[in-house]
Amino acid sequence: MEEILHVEGLSKTFTLSKKQQKIEGTDQKKKVAVDNLSFFVGKGEIFGLLGPNGAGKTTTLRMLSTLIKPDSGDAVLDGCSINDDPEGVRKRIGFLTSELKLEDAFTPNYLFDFFSKLHQVPDSDIAERKKKMFERFGIDKFAEVKVKSLSTGMKQKLSIVISLVHNPEVIIFDEPTNGLDVLTARTVTDYLKQLRDEGKTIILSTHIFSLVERLCDRVGIIIDGHMTVCGSLEEVCDGMKIEDRFFELYKELKGGEE
Amino acid sequence: MKSNTSTIINKEFARFFGDKQLIFTTIIMPGLLIYIIYSLMGNGISKLATEGQNEVVTVWVDNMPQTIAPMLEGMDSNTVFIESVFNQDNIDSLENKDINAVFVRFPKDFDNRIENYDPSTGELAPNVEIYYNSTNNASNRVYTTLSAVLTAFEDSMSNRFDINRADSELQRYDIATEDQMLGDILSKLIPMLIMMMLFSGVMAIAPSAIAGEKERGTIATLLVTPMRRNELALGKIVSLSCIALLSGISSFIGIALSLPKMISAEDVEINLPYVASDYVVLLLIIFASVLIMASVVSLLSAYAKDVKNAGTMITPFMLVVMLAGLIPMFQNAAPDNLAFYLIPFYNSIEVMVRVFVHETEWMPVLVTVGSNIVYTGIAVWGLTRMFNSEKVMFSS
Repeated sequence: MEEILHVEGLSKTFTLSKKQQKIEGTDQKKKVAVDNLSFFVGKGEIFGLLGPNGAGKTTTLRMLSTLIKPDSGDAVLDGCSINDDPEGVRKRIGFLTSELKLEDAFTPNYLFDFFSKLHQVPDSDIAERKKKMFERFGIDKFAEVKVKSLSTGMKQKLSIVISLVHNPEVIIFDEPTNGLDVLTARTVTDYLKQLRDEGKTIILSTHIFSLVERLCDRVGIIIDGHMTVCGSLEEVCDGMKIEDRFFELYKELKGGEE
Repeated sequence: MKSNTSTIINKEFARFFGDKQLIFTTIIMPGLLIYIIYSLMGNGISKLATEGQNEVVTVWVDNMPQTIAPMLEGMDSNTVFIESVFNQDNIDSLENKDINAVFVRFPKDFDNRIENYDPSTGELAPNVEIYYNSTNNASNRVYTTLSAVLTAFEDSMSNRFDINRADSELQRYDIATEDQMLGDILSKLIPMLIMMMLFSGVMAIAPSAIAGEKERGTIATLLVTPMRRNELALGKIVSLSCIALLSGISSFIGIALSLPKMISAEDVEINLPYVASDYVVLLLIIFASVLIMASVVSLLSAYAKDVKNAGTMITPFMLVVMLAGLIPMFQNAAPDNLAFYLIPFYNSIEVMVRVFVHETEWMPVLVTVGSNIVYTGIAVWGLTRMFNSEKVMFSS
């Protein structure tokens, strides 16, 4: 399998404020979010990072999308290092997380054009791609409606469309169906499958077992910043259901602690 | 394909010009408010100055001296002199503004006492008491005239020499030209006003454009595009500067239109004695000032957690700019040492002073514009680093 992403020894530690220490219930000033993480993603597959809340999934994806820098380690995406060529990485990825928001004052039409220009999409391609994407997600009827007047579901669809304006080779989705209504969630999962069929690579994080089973070709289970197991769905599950396998690993690591 | 900087500039313009409320509060309102407020102030001052001029004032005089009577009776046609003894009821009426009046109380046998008074004895001189109410314009007017007449009378009693006696209306001792006098007034007022207006314009938009993007989560959406951070920083600063400049121009128009009404209250004829190059220098300096204001406010906004926090951080800085604007009021002339023109904000103010007092020289202008551009470059570099810093961008 041809690798498109190779992650080697990625680590990230955060300094906690007093308020954060209180929320986390700890007196430690440092929190290791990701610890020496290594894995690879093959071209044209859907790779899932599965783990509980606070396991380090989002931090990993944020490092891969170059929003934050690793303390150590590196990841090379399609020949571009996140440390040495972050702009090259950003050209090749579409990143979507619920943290990324769109400006309320603009219309979908304007935002599509704006982000297309920032991604250096040729002017001649913008209109055609916009028509295709807007139709696919049912945004075409709302193209001239300001974001602040769109429904929550429509805003989420628009966020997905905006993250894909440049038709990236690698799509990184942090909890892709989190907070979506069932119809939008189905639209998203169907679209992810379509993208894979088109040869795109998708890296997603989730804590939803069924999503992994339905979508992912390979999966890595991440607990407390460690990659506990990584491989094809069959290899990782080892004849078990993914949910059962996850809790088995979780108990092994945490000693029965829930 | 356009550069990302121009894409960011266009987006900031679209955001601003797509918001009618923002256009009104940032561009239209400052100029309109300044025009209305200054015009009302001008009218008010003018009204105050003329009010009470034609009102008849009763002057009660106790012990009117023979030598003084002819002088007083001819001093003001709108006065009625009544010889009267000191009366507390009249004083009370004057205090309550029930009457337009002045009460003058001469010492008994005033003429003889002043004729025989010898300062060398150490005795106190005869005292003339004038009771008036300074908050009553008519009373105040007559008090001023009375004082002047009596002071002139006292001077004439021991006149040994005059200072600047005007033998004719053409005689001038203050050799400052009208242009110089107008320039002096403008140099003390306008630089501070311009700096305040420009800063208000920057304040109105910059926190929302940077701290607001952090608060709304839209900055992260920009940061995951392949755009270089310095393109984003430059695009933000240039677009904010241009919008703030529009706000400043609006304020400037408001000042220019209302200035005649303000100054005409003081009977000064407005005839601005400046040439095209003066206006070019002013425009250059205004743009250089806006650049550096937008730079500093952008840096503070990027560091702030949200718009409210940005406002708190920017306020002390605004006070510094306002204080710098007051400097021309307490100085004799703009400095000649070029090193002073390296100090941001202060340099712009001093170059404006030079323009208004007709002492424009190109070196201070070039040093000011050049240094401000260098400082803006440093700010773009700093803002780029801040956009690159996860601690600053995602501190929450």
